[in-house]
Amino acid sequence: MSANRFSASLSRYKSLEFILGILLTGGICFLVVFSDFLFQGADKINLSARLLEPFTHAEHFFGTDPLGRDVMARMVSGGKISLQVGFLSVAGAVVFGVIMGLVSGYYRGFWDVIVMRFADVQLAMPFILLAITFIAIVGGGLANMIFLLIISQWVQYARLVRGSVLSLRDREFIQSAQAIGVSHFSILFRHLLPNLIGPVIVLMTLNVANNILLESSLTFLGLGVDPLTPSWGGMLADGRTYIQNAWWVSVFPGLAILLTVLGLNLLGDWLRDSLDPTGRTSR
Amino acid sequence: MANFLMKRFLQAVFVLLAVTLIVAFAIRLTGDPALMLTQGAGSVTEADLMMIREALGINKPFFVQYFDFLKGLFSFDFGRSFMGGTPVADLISKSLPATLILAASVMFISIVISIPLGIKAAISKGKWPDQLIRIVSLIGLSFPNFWLAIMLVLIFSIWLQWLPPSGMDGFASFLMPAFTMAIILTATNVRLVRSSMLETLQAQYIMVARAKGLSENKVLYKHALRNCAIPLITYFGLQFGGLLGGIVIIERVFNWPGLGTLAFDAVSGRDYPVLQAVITILSMLIVSVNLLVDIAYGLIDPRIRTE
Repeated sequence: MSANRFSASLSRYKSLEFILGILLTGGICFLVVFSDFLFQGADKINLSARLLEPFTHAEHFFGTDPLGRDVMARMVSGGKISLQVGFLSVAGAVVFGVIMGLVSGYYRGFWDVIVMRFADVQLAMPFILLAITFIAIVGGGLANMIFLLIISQWVQYARLVRGSVLSLRDREFIQSAQAIGVSHFSILFRHLLPNLIGPVIVLMTLNVANNILLESSLTFLGLGVDPLTPSWGGMLADGRTYIQNAWWVSVFPGLAILLTVLGLNLLGDWLRDSLDPTGRTSR
Repeated sequence: MANFLMKRFLQAVFVLLAVTLIVAFAIRLTGDPALMLTQGAGSVTEADLMMIREALGINKPFFVQYFDFLKGLFSFDFGRSFMGGTPVADLISKSLPATLILAASVMFISIVISIPLGIKAAISKGKWPDQLIRIVSLIGLSFPNFWLAIMLVLIFSIWLQWLPPSGMDGFASFLMPAFTMAIILTATNVRLVRSSMLETLQAQYIMVARAKGLSENKVLYKHALRNCAIPLITYFGLQFGGLLGGIVIIERVFNWPGLGTLAFDAVSGRDYPVLQAVITILSMLIVSVNLLVDIAYGLIDPRIRTE
């Protein structure tokens, strides 16, 4: 009886986690993708309406910034940068990392050594400093930031995939595939890949969240995208200067980051638990 | 054990060599400091630039410069700053303690809070305390650290006027930087403690301890926690790199005079020796923490020690 009630409450909570996660992520993605239709004038400067307080003007519900631009419009349009960086960087890292992981785990030898040593070095590198250095060399901007995240994160996927391949490669179904002469390519992508994709998807979800945080930190520090483009990190950097008398310029963009990342983390958490019924790895 | 440590030590040395090489190479691509230094100085001839380059020691071939750097490392000599000519070692020894004290207290605060909370979550698995802790920790780890810092400044410095908004001046100035990082780190750690605890609590020796009639606190904190210690120390050790990265940003927000602030100033001034030294020191810290973790295994778990 009590065990039943326990598992019922657990599954109710689990689905709540999913619903909240999908609502937050989906809602924010929708607003951001259609921001150009929903909100006009994200860049419209109106010096006669500088630093209007929030909740007092119907047309500027979240107030205006020091240049009289609408905070809500900029916030929604600023999400474009964060979401692009988050999703594209993960997509790139996944493709490269999974291929490297499959190859290094399956063939071992040279590639394996390369991947593992890369992983060691990467673990000892403080990412932010690496980022500062590289952005100082190649400059900020969207493409560079995505590229930087890809080169610093593919190793995570490679390690994860390599580990799974090592435990799968001697199993019967792989050996029989080899015995009947299935090509290596086919074994890698049709037999191994589907069996190890679960944890990869979880890591992807959590990394989209993580990369949105990293992007906004870099932009906040003035190392990311062009300060004229609306972005969450950039808005926070502007707002910080005015925090004494205009709290809203710094509060709302931060909330946008928080909610987006929270939505993705909820989804990632839910995915992890649903893919791992024993709950052994849930943390 | 000795064999294992030796292998890990060599690995650490390899990692440090690779990191310093990559950084040395990357930094030299960032631009010519001679040009930076002469910016706005009117007419500068190529001969002037050559002279500056020679004075700074950046006219030598790359590998010679790198080798000099490695040699200097052993005597804690990182050359002189391009800006003002102060020995880099002096700058480092001024900033390093500020960063270390922040990192250590963040670790400490977060461990002290997350162990009891994680244990509470584990023993009430699925009930409301567990779910509350889980939701709060999920929210906590979704916070952008720099925004949390700004929000704390807004609340405690501007609205309540309890704490200074920036700088390093006494205990009060230390609270916000430390707690900003500690809150986010605790959110992660609670989950780690909870899951290792859940695994440990299923073991038979826990049942034995309970059957012997030991108090629940003794079972949890003496028997269970000790056995969780190894995975937990590994996680905490691995987090150290991320923690230092976070501190670099937080230092910037609070104007905390640590390595992060030093690094940012070095980047904008193309101050190679300083930047290179900061990154090397931070990587050395991370690598040594991971080595210490391996040694700690042996101290905590007698099974590894005797192997």
